[in-house]
Amino acid sequence: MSTAHHAAGALPHEPEKATLEGKNKILGFWFFLGGETVLFGTLFATFIALRNQVPEGPTAQELFNLSTVALSTFILLTSSLTSVLATMALHRHKLNALLGWMAVTVLFGLAFLGLEIYEFTEYVSEGHTFTSSAFSTSFYTLVGFHGGHVLFGVIWITLLILQGMKKGLTVVTAPKFYVAGLYWHFIDVVWVFIFTVVYLMGKVG
Amino acid sequence: MAHAHVKRYSGIMDWLTTVDHKKIAILYFTAGGFFFLLGGLEALLIRLQLMYPDQHLFVGDTYNQILTMHGTTMIFLAAMPLLFGFMNAVVPLQIGARDVAFPFVNSLGFWLFFAGGVLMNTSWFLGGAPDAGWTGYAPLSTDAYTGRGTDFYVLGLQIAGIGTLIGGINFLVTIVNMRAPGMTFMRMPLFTWTSFITSTIILFAFPAITVGLVELMFDRIFNGNFFEVSKGGNVVLWQHLFWIFGHPEVYILILPAFGIISEVVSTFSKKRLFGYSSMVFATILIGFLSFMVWAHHMFTVGMGPVANAIFGIATMTIAVPTGVKIFNWLFTLWGGQIRFTTANLWAIGFIPTFVIGGMTGVMLAVPPADYQYHDSYFVIAHFHYVIVGGLIFSVFAGLYYWWPKMFGRLLNEGLGKLHFWTFFIGFHLCFFPQHFLGLMGMPRRYFTFMPGEGLDEGNFLSTIGALLMGVGTIVLLVNIVATSVKKPHAAADPWDARTLEWSIPSPAPEYNFKQTPLVRGLDAFWKEKMAGNKEMTPAEPLGPIHMPSPSILPFIMSIGLFIAGYGFMYRTFVVSIIGIGITLICMLLRSVFDDHGFHIEVEELQDKGAKA
Repeated sequence: MSTAHHAAGALPHEPEKATLEGKNKILGFWFFLGGETVLFGTLFATFIALRNQVPEGPTAQELFNLSTVALSTFILLTSSLTSVLATMALHRHKLNALLGWMAVTVLFGLAFLGLEIYEFTEYVSEGHTFTSSAFSTSFYTLVGFHGGHVLFGVIWITLLILQGMKKGLTVVTAPKFYVAGLYWHFIDVVWVFIFTVVYLMGKVG
Repeated sequence: MAHAHVKRYSGIMDWLTTVDHKKIAILYFTAGGFFFLLGGLEALLIRLQLMYPDQHLFVGDTYNQILTMHGTTMIFLAAMPLLFGFMNAVVPLQIGARDVAFPFVNSLGFWLFFAGGVLMNTSWFLGGAPDAGWTGYAPLSTDAYTGRGTDFYVLGLQIAGIGTLIGGINFLVTIVNMRAPGMTFMRMPLFTWTSFITSTIILFAFPAITVGLVELMFDRIFNGNFFEVSKGGNVVLWQHLFWIFGHPEVYILILPAFGIISEVVSTFSKKRLFGYSSMVFATILIGFLSFMVWAHHMFTVGMGPVANAIFGIATMTIAVPTGVKIFNWLFTLWGGQIRFTTANLWAIGFIPTFVIGGMTGVMLAVPPADYQYHDSYFVIAHFHYVIVGGLIFSVFAGLYYWWPKMFGRLLNEGLGKLHFWTFFIGFHLCFFPQHFLGLMGMPRRYFTFMPGEGLDEGNFLSTIGALLMGVGTIVLLVNIVATSVKKPHAAADPWDARTLEWSIPSPAPEYNFKQTPLVRGLDAFWKEKMAGNKEMTPAEPLGPIHMPSPSILPFIMSIGLFIAGYGFMYRTFVVSIIGIGITLICMLLRSVFDDHGFHIEVEELQDKGAKA
């Protein structure tokens, strides 16, 4: 269990699970994601209950433009791939590849956020504001919570990249990269549901 | 050496920076105890107003504030932290761990709860407390009908709720990853098991109230439309969100109480707990069913007969695992060498009291009958029987039982018995008549009633009972003060008990176990004692013990959110941004600066070993 067995440069295959602290952090993060699932599940439930409640303002069918959303989806799902590549680099102890793939992930995240901001400003100009209807309030809350998670992830991973440049890959930093990868997958999975429930069902349902 | 530059604080800074689960437990007990007294005072004010018909002590709005704060305080700021106090004080010791999985997060959980509780209670001085009931039903809780008080409710609960959630995650990981060698899941003491299931329920229930409170906050502060019917919102949505959290919440409260009763009954019967594995599975089943029954709070909303029938039947099934538990306690007592210590009196008093509360629960689960009981004093009587008679009785049992392990002193048994009898009699005098008041038609939450309608005697008796409970609580306080001025005298194992926490000195040393114990069966310590051993067999040689460093960051992070809360309430979002910024910067600092902790060296351990 002690880190002393692994001299510098001789990290174990899965350095994120080499210490009890690392194991605790990863398990705790899985539990945290369990709680996050309920959080988003509740937001989805609210959205589904209110999505057709549009006494004024545009409806989902009039509003959504699937091509922009498809592009967002493509970008975010690709970023999930790059975060897997980062975790694989972590397991091969390739610090530069790890940091590089993390940086690509951040760039994809930023592109996604840019598209989302563009999308929201479009909606507001079409009269779909936070206060226009129950549909709009629940839409902005659900999609905005997801966007907020992406923003937090982008900032978090950026800071982790800086930390990785300074501290290198150790049994202390490895769990941080690993759980950031878990987090990123989670927000991608949430987006898959948003794409389906909010956009596809909004267009055809 | 890493430990050389770790600062060790003393006095108040020690308490603000501690990451030791045993000290955090004391913080939880102090803060939870304070809020318990506050909530109790509010209860007495309610009962004084209802002592006679047509009273004018607290009328209308003031009464609404008192009753809302009584409910909210007791559930979120008294019952929850008291249970977290026990979980902190006992769970790591019961599984043979040196600490919890995340000591820093543990401290943060406490300070967030405390910040939320203080924030909510400052409302008394800032224009009035929340007054929409502890359930905060929309549309009453929207800004069209209630003022800033409800903002305090929303933000206070939000901050405290985050603290509870991370506390739950901490205990889940602690119990999964930190058990001593040989401590398999099916050898864990029942209090640890119930804490584990309670933490699971916390994990899956609290995010629902988080979302509910966010929605209410968005409606109130940013003019959202979740509960704004004219814009397509839906007020019943709040009820669903509140109760899909709220019903699991009552099991969050009662399961650790079941755990305490199991420990106390088994120790003071000098018997292994009857039906240990059925107890474990009953606990898991209750945890599962707790998510399946929320709509029984909403029978009269108009969900229709099918939904009402399904939720009614689901609710009744909870009586099965609960009944299993009741019988297991009785069979544990059966034929045991029962010692009527104060702790055991509370446990034995708990059993029939909780059964009464459980039976009225099954009555309420019948939808057509519930149309009669709904929003009447029958409901008040029911949930006070399960929460006071269930939870608070077991908190008292646990206090008398584990006090020596926490403080190294035994509470006075004479005063303890006086506490028990006054509180026990007062409790039944207070709440038993309320069943009949409810059946005679007295609605809950009304600030008065008229004379000559058959409600006078019941209400008068109820108030006398409440005063008697107040006397009992004062006796407990006297007992605590009288005990704390004495020298520490408790033996390591004063009750001849069964589980691991009694194998180490009282109070437990900072590092808990000098050597991690090897667990060889259920009731690990008892097994060793029966094998003729005085202490546990160690699972490791004596070596330096690594400890986490104290940190002020959790306290500052909580202050950050506290400040942000005021920013939202007074609609000055700059202040909110500053507050949240403080919290985020603390998170950054925590991430950037590694905590190397420090070591307690072998020589130091041997000194202490000789002293103990």
